[in-house]
Amino acid sequence: MPLSNRHLLGLQGVPREDIQLILDTTKTFREVLERPIKKVPTLQGKTVVNLFFENSTRTRISFELAEKRLSADSINFSASTSSVSKGETFKDTIRNIEAMKVDMVVVRHSAAGTPQFLTQISNANIINAGDGIHEHPTQALLDMYSIQEKLGKIEGLKVCIVGDIAHSRVALSNIYGLITMGAKVTVCGPSTMIPRFIRDLGVEVIYNIDEAIQENDVLNVLRIQLERKAREYFPSIREYATFFGITEERLEKNGKDILIMHPGPINRGVELSSAVADGLNQIILKQVTNGVAIRMAVLYLLGTMN
Amino acid sequence: MKVILKNVNILNPDQKLNEKNTNILLSEGRIVKIGELNSEDTKGEIKEFDLSGKYIVPGFFDMHVHLREPGREDEETVITGCQSAASGGFTGLACMPNTEPAIDSAEVVSLIKKQAANQLVDVFVIAAATLGRKGEVITPMAELKESGVVGFSDDGVAIKTAAILRRAMEYSGMYNLPIIEHCEDETLAGGAMNEGVNSTRLGLPPVPSVAEDLIVSRDILMAEYTGGKIHIAHISTKKSVEMVRQSKKNGIKVTAEVTPHHFSLTDDYIRTYDTNYKMNPPLRTKDDVEEILKGLKDGTIDCIASDHAPHSAEEKEVEFEFAPNGIIGLETEIGVALTDLYHKKVLTLEQLIEKMSINPRKILNIPVPKIQVGENANFTILDPDEVWTVDLNKFKSKSRNSPFNKRLLTGRAVGVINKNNMYFDGQFLAI
Repeated sequence: MPLSNRHLLGLQGVPREDIQLILDTTKTFREVLERPIKKVPTLQGKTVVNLFFENSTRTRISFELAEKRLSADSINFSASTSSVSKGETFKDTIRNIEAMKVDMVVVRHSAAGTPQFLTQISNANIINAGDGIHEHPTQALLDMYSIQEKLGKIEGLKVCIVGDIAHSRVALSNIYGLITMGAKVTVCGPSTMIPRFIRDLGVEVIYNIDEAIQENDVLNVLRIQLERKAREYFPSIREYATFFGITEERLEKNGKDILIMHPGPINRGVELSSAVADGLNQIILKQVTNGVAIRMAVLYLLGTMN
Repeated sequence: MKVILKNVNILNPDQKLNEKNTNILLSEGRIVKIGELNSEDTKGEIKEFDLSGKYIVPGFFDMHVHLREPGREDEETVITGCQSAASGGFTGLACMPNTEPAIDSAEVVSLIKKQAANQLVDVFVIAAATLGRKGEVITPMAELKESGVVGFSDDGVAIKTAAILRRAMEYSGMYNLPIIEHCEDETLAGGAMNEGVNSTRLGLPPVPSVAEDLIVSRDILMAEYTGGKIHIAHISTKKSVEMVRQSKKNGIKVTAEVTPHHFSLTDDYIRTYDTNYKMNPPLRTKDDVEEILKGLKDGTIDCIASDHAPHSAEEKEVEFEFAPNGIIGLETEIGVALTDLYHKKVLTLEQLIEKMSINPRKILNIPVPKIQVGENANFTILDPDEVWTVDLNKFKSKSRNSPFNKRLLTGRAVGVINKNNMYFDGQFLAI
């Protein structure tokens, strides 16, 4: 059974069977990553462009590694080195790249909807590597894979996403994916960082982090953007760390074995204390490893469709 | 030249006129006879139009049009805007001052008037309320009034501060000219679409409806305090409609307009990030649309205006967040209004004429055309039942940014007559 869509633009509306197929396929590639020679010939002859209009180190490296391990030819295009700064429109940039006969495009952009826009001007398979505050589907897929790997299932689990929900594409993709896979999703953070209509997506909202710890099986803790406009949404980093930061004392106080996840990079001492970030409950580096396998699975499934 | 309009219905609620199946004789653009025509009437050079089933109504007027001249003649000019208006069924329009430079001096007003002089469509100018639309100093309103402007607006933004708004209202009040406000609190503005579950889903930066409501409320209070006339441009929220309704009951001099897109579309349409659904105010929710329809019906909303905002394809074919706001509307406005208001029984044909011909002129103190012997012909010819499909490529406008392309509509303006000129069947002809 192939995937039902030849692009991965987001997890909204993606059927359960597709997500399951990606997770199952990831397992195979996860094993490849444990071999001494971590390369398979699956996408030999395919060309993948990593089109990054926004700074990203880990997602780009993760995709690049996944492409290399599938033997695809990959090219990196980033906005800082591109013609975009010379005033070329996004559309012309895409048409130029398209003219070079590429098979797949991995795109990261600061504006929501860019991957969808790309599907209208390119024939390549499009993979969204993060668009504005919209979606980041491979991150959510790797989060789900990591949960399943650690806890054996997703269905029926209670997952709480903590932090700046309003400005997080990771949150939105996780919400869609987790609900589709049968988890119960709660979001927790300062009320100014919770979108006003988020409940309409089928999630619960709480503002008390202790309650979040007590009532959930998994905490997916988001990075607080210290450098950006996000700072206007809460009074101080100290206040955020005190009322929403996950510390060892807090975990002990609530006496709960809870799985701690973080998409990285971590602000130590803000959303996670160092002790928690390095502690026994977290699987943060596992997520990074799984990220490569997830991206291999997505590239493989889409790249062998047509 | 003589023109005979045969077998027409005449409808003008302003004159309490409702005649069925009659004839109109025009000579050199003037109405010389209404009723049975004899052989004497049909002598000489004559053009005859059989308009069975069609309505002759006072020429439609759009009080919110961006002609883009001076400054962005690549998107629209006074001339192409006028042709677009004529093709859409209008004989008059008022243009907004957010040009480059802004219309804040008598010189720019006369430039526009000069360009429009030979057009079928009457062009009236709304001048900026503050110099450069910067919200700091009010424009020379007395001089502008003398040069013929019909209102003041910083459209695109609201007048920046309550203090300047007060001065603008008091000063324009001396001449009984309205302040036309784009109601949006600038500290809450800047989003790409209405804040709601759809903006959350699409990950687009939201602009909340309360941004509009705050300024509507500020402006109504200021109108009450100063006794000035406030006109709310492109009203789009439920709360704002409710506030206007209540204020009218309280005798405050407030009027309001709505665009066809705000009564016929919601933010559900933005699913595919199509930038032709991006405008300011943004498309709102079903609740807002329902209240707008109620407001149209009960008279809270006085008129319909397009907010015709041409943009080049290069500017619109970009990422949704980066695209400019606005859509063109002159050539779909009447069709959408007839389809969604008249045929859906929100408004009668008389009410529709009031909102698209009579009320906008009254708000701007412009005489309403009369359909009687001795008057110059200023008509729109309506066929309320013609079924047609919108085809962007046939538009007279220079721009193509419309969300209504390929829409099936019922009812259109088949022609207009004004200033000794006629537009009919896609052609301009001198009469």
